Amino acid sequence: MRYYALIPFLPLLGFLINIIFGKGLLRHRAHWVSVPVVGLSMVFALMTVGEVISGNVINEDLYSWVVSGDFKVSVGFLIDQLTAVMLVVVTVVSFLVHVYSIGYMHGDPGFYRFFAYLNLFTFSMLMLIMSNNFLQLYFGWEAVGLCSYLLIGYWYQKKSASDAGKKAFIVNRFGDFGFGLGVILIFLTFGTLHYAPVFEGVSSIAGKSIILFGHEVDLITLIALLLFCGAIGKSAQIPLHVWLPDAMEGPTPVSALIHAATMVTAGVFMVARCNPIFNLSEIAMTVVAVTGAVTALFAATIGLVQNDIKRIIAYSTISQLGYMFLACGVGAYGAGIFHLYTHAFFKALLFLGAGSVMHAMAGELDIWKMGGLKNKLKITYITMLLASLSISGIPGFAGFFSKDEILYQTYLKGDLGKVLWLMGTVTALLTAFYSFRIIAVAFHGRFRGTHEQEHHLHESPPVMTIPLSLLAIGAVVAGWIGIPPIIGEAMGLHGAWFYEFLSPVVGHPHAEGSHSAELMVMALSIIVGIAGIIFAFYLYAGDAERAKALVTRPVLKKIHTVLWNKYYVDEFYHLIVVRPALWTARTVIEAVTDIGIIEAIVNGVPRTIGRFSERLRTIQTGLVNHYAIFMVGAMFFILAFILIWL
Amino acid sequence: MGYPVLSTVIFLPVIGALLLLLMGRRQELAIKWCSLIFTVLTFIASLPLFLNFDKARSDMQFVEVFEWIPAWNIKYYLGVDGISVLFVLLSALLGPLCVLISWHSIKDKVKEFYIALLLIEAAMIGVFSSLDFFLFYVFWEAMLIPMYLIIGVWGGPRRIYSAIKFFLYTLAGSVLMLVGIIVLYFNGGHTFDILSLMSQKFPYKLQLILFWAFFAAFAVKVPMWPVHTWLPDAHTEAPTAGSVILAGILIKMGAYGFLRFSLPLFPDATRAMVPVMLTLSVIAIIYGGVICLVQSDLKRLIAYSSVSHMGFVTLGIFALNQQGLEGGILQMINHGIVTGALFLLVGVIYDRSHSREISHYGGVATVLPVYAGFFMVFTLASIGLPGLNGFIGEFLIILGGFKASKLAGALAATGIIIGAAYMLWLYQRVFFQEVNPNIKGYKDMDLREIITLAPLVVLVVWIGVYPNTFLGFMHESVKQLVIKLQ
Repeated sequence: MRYYALIPFLPLLGFLINIIFGKGLLRHRAHWVSVPVVGLSMVFALMTVGEVISGNVINEDLYSWVVSGDFKVSVGFLIDQLTAVMLVVVTVVSFLVHVYSIGYMHGDPGFYRFFAYLNLFTFSMLMLIMSNNFLQLYFGWEAVGLCSYLLIGYWYQKKSASDAGKKAFIVNRFGDFGFGLGVILIFLTFGTLHYAPVFEGVSSIAGKSIILFGHEVDLITLIALLLFCGAIGKSAQIPLHVWLPDAMEGPTPVSALIHAATMVTAGVFMVARCNPIFNLSEIAMTVVAVTGAVTALFAATIGLVQNDIKRIIAYSTISQLGYMFLACGVGAYGAGIFHLYTHAFFKALLFLGAGSVMHAMAGELDIWKMGGLKNKLKITYITMLLASLSISGIPGFAGFFSKDEILYQTYLKGDLGKVLWLMGTVTALLTAFYSFRIIAVAFHGRFRGTHEQEHHLHESPPVMTIPLSLLAIGAVVAGWIGIPPIIGEAMGLHGAWFYEFLSPVVGHPHAEGSHSAELMVMALSIIVGIAGIIFAFYLYAGDAERAKALVTRPVLKKIHTVLWNKYYVDEFYHLIVVRPALWTARTVIEAVTDIGIIEAIVNGVPRTIGRFSERLRTIQTGLVNHYAIFMVGAMFFILAFILIWL
Repeated sequence: MGYPVLSTVIFLPVIGALLLLLMGRRQELAIKWCSLIFTVLTFIASLPLFLNFDKARSDMQFVEVFEWIPAWNIKYYLGVDGISVLFVLLSALLGPLCVLISWHSIKDKVKEFYIALLLIEAAMIGVFSSLDFFLFYVFWEAMLIPMYLIIGVWGGPRRIYSAIKFFLYTLAGSVLMLVGIIVLYFNGGHTFDILSLMSQKFPYKLQLILFWAFFAAFAVKVPMWPVHTWLPDAHTEAPTAGSVILAGILIKMGAYGFLRFSLPLFPDATRAMVPVMLTLSVIAIIYGGVICLVQSDLKRLIAYSSVSHMGFVTLGIFALNQQGLEGGILQMINHGIVTGALFLLVGVIYDRSHSREISHYGGVATVLPVYAGFFMVFTLASIGLPGLNGFIGEFLIILGGFKASKLAGALAATGIIIGAAYMLWLYQRVFFQEVNPNIKGYKDMDLREIITLAPLVVLVVWIGVYPNTFLGFMHESVKQLVIKLQ
């Protein structure tokens, strides 16, 4: 066991110390423990990443976890190129969010609890990405879900917060239902849950089928789709996306770390990790790509009209996760992971920037009550602007390189690819628009909040702005390790280093395209990005009169209503899942079956016996002459019986 | 250790009970301490079972045999193997915890209560270590009487109805088993020796009849659907310690009965009945879970959740493969720990509020944060969070179930969604949201209560992180059982 084992266990130690001593001993000093452990963990992680870059892949078992008959699984670590990328994302963003939280959560009565959960999350996420088998992956998967539940409902006194936490957990369980069955099916197929033998043996089961409820189903497709169920839940894709916007009830650092940069990307990581499985199923790949593209567009449209700054960014996250799945679905796992990596920086930054705004405005979330903040919150404004340029795909910024690669790879994927590419490009337009809607409405124009808010308006302390600045650097330069060769050559750089680095794990996409196609796709994505920005500023300049005038048109008003209500998906689920479940429980199961039938029989039998005995008792009158008659009658009867039968 | 371990752990509580008889009824503190000391001694005396058990053997260990009634070939015959040893240990562990949790909550007829408690413990351990059918049946029925009294005397408002219902239900089942035992005696060469009966092969027709006779007793105890309706009533009305014993040990006896008797004695009948058993198990999992969604009484909800969890156990057992059986046995232990702990926790708050209504609470996490932390751990264990004990059991069961029948495995897996829904909703209504004025001023858990719950937290994590300690006990015995069933 080497030092890399400390990477996950240091944060676990921080959690244990805080949960035991936080309430009494540490209290407002909880970060004295939590921040250093994550900092150290980051240092060890970066050292390990250095080793991986120099060609050292680690795959080692720690101890044997569960043994039962031929079922054996260990706790162990696999640190390859894919894990290395995730290690950078998770430890760096986690460390910055920890630092930021010192300022953001200052004075909160649950300070120690917050840091304890944040440490626990970091541990769980690291176990997830460092696992070398499916069961430990599942452990991390559920454990990050638990932390998400605890942190969304961190302000549990609020009903909306505790509702949101519960909803996140239960919706995720729907996905995990499939994921768990997928894991079991993998064991039954391969006889092991460790990645290496499964991925090595996977080609031998290509084309095999399994009888499922009388139908013949392609085994590998079934496994891939079951696994993908988990990804749909964890990464908030249609139709299980409903929990993520509500998850914004949690403190903003949580939204940045868990619900933007790390946990929600676990689904993408898992699909990329399982690429040997997915690659063998055309159907599963198509499902992944289409789900991603549809979700990207769908979530972006909702993001256009929301007013809650965090919810806009949440829909943006759902949409960007859609891009990542789109990439995986067309076989460009490298591009998907690259987008995961750049997205972590600019999206964490957007959230932390929003948190900085909330910090300045006493928790205000409605962008219409902000306005003109750029003068008072200079650092926040500049960093948010950089993040927005990055997500909008403006050349030079991190988001440009990753998104462009996804769109290009999609474009190359035949006819369906063209359709998905078009959806992706439209999404890019919408992305730029809603991102700069925030900038235009909240940071430009005049201030629309209360006098009190205006009076207190202040830039956040350095403990918050320094993480913002560091993330902003990431949001700009993080993409430079994955410059497309076509640009790289022109600039005399070695392009596409990132894809080369990842290729031992995820391979290369097979499609080859022409330079002209690549340039066309790139140009178009730049144009829609700039157009979205200009359009946002045009509509929302001044007091947004143009935008308001637009919504008064009948058709647009109807569309606006549908979008504002998020396509009524929550209402639909309430109608087809929640209400029927409760009705079944109350009426069919409890009232009719349990009380009406089973209990009626159970209580009925003794009651009948009782009634029968009551009758029988009347025979025992206590009168001797009655008994005499019975005795004589009985004797006569017995005699007759004997005479007849013998 | 040179002492007869099993006899010691059975008779230590009995000696304790006899000592209590000699005490005056006013000496309540002495009575409590005496009970505590004897239950702790029992637990300590049981530890060689944990430490010295030879995991490489599949046969009976710690065997003690004496002639008892030679005329009918009845023996005092004790022993444990990998299937039963953990239940003896769990019973011995729960003993002191039951004494501790009742410390302040039982104010009436204190002496009689603790006598009943100690006698139950002795009988429970007897059930799990008997290797003679006659002896087994004595312990089996001996459990019933003190349990009936605990519900009927120290229970809630509807205690009489619940106690009688519990008694009649179980007795009705047990009588059929008694007939079965007698039939076995006459068909198996006039012996009550369980091991020698196991070595014989009975004709299929006889197996089938006996399977159902034993099924009647075991299914009621588990309880399997549809003979589960005594459980919510008994749990709701029983005092805390009674609920803990019911959930922790008593309902395990049904599943243990299947493992110890039905499977090895009637292997052909068992195999034939697998579809029926899997169906009943899956119904119990879903039915018991869904009905939890609409319960308004804390204890009733946890009681119905037991129906669901025990559905997992029977599913694992009747999957008849190594993972299913080991998962089933582990899940019985898990359920004993987790549901036992949940009832202990309900008892903690009930001592303060005297209300089991969920709507009586709200915001408990604000007022009793330590309590909320404990409750959270067991809630998470109950919904099968990986890293805690429930997950290992459920996963192995679903894996085993899936091997036996894909449909059963898949349907059982829906139980994890339903479980999360009702437990988290319960947790939200009791612990989160605004503080209900009813609970203002309640004190958080005291040292006694923390000591009661802490060992169970340790076990929950231990089994979750390193289950092999416990699975290791089972491997060899279960392997033999699986071979027998093939």
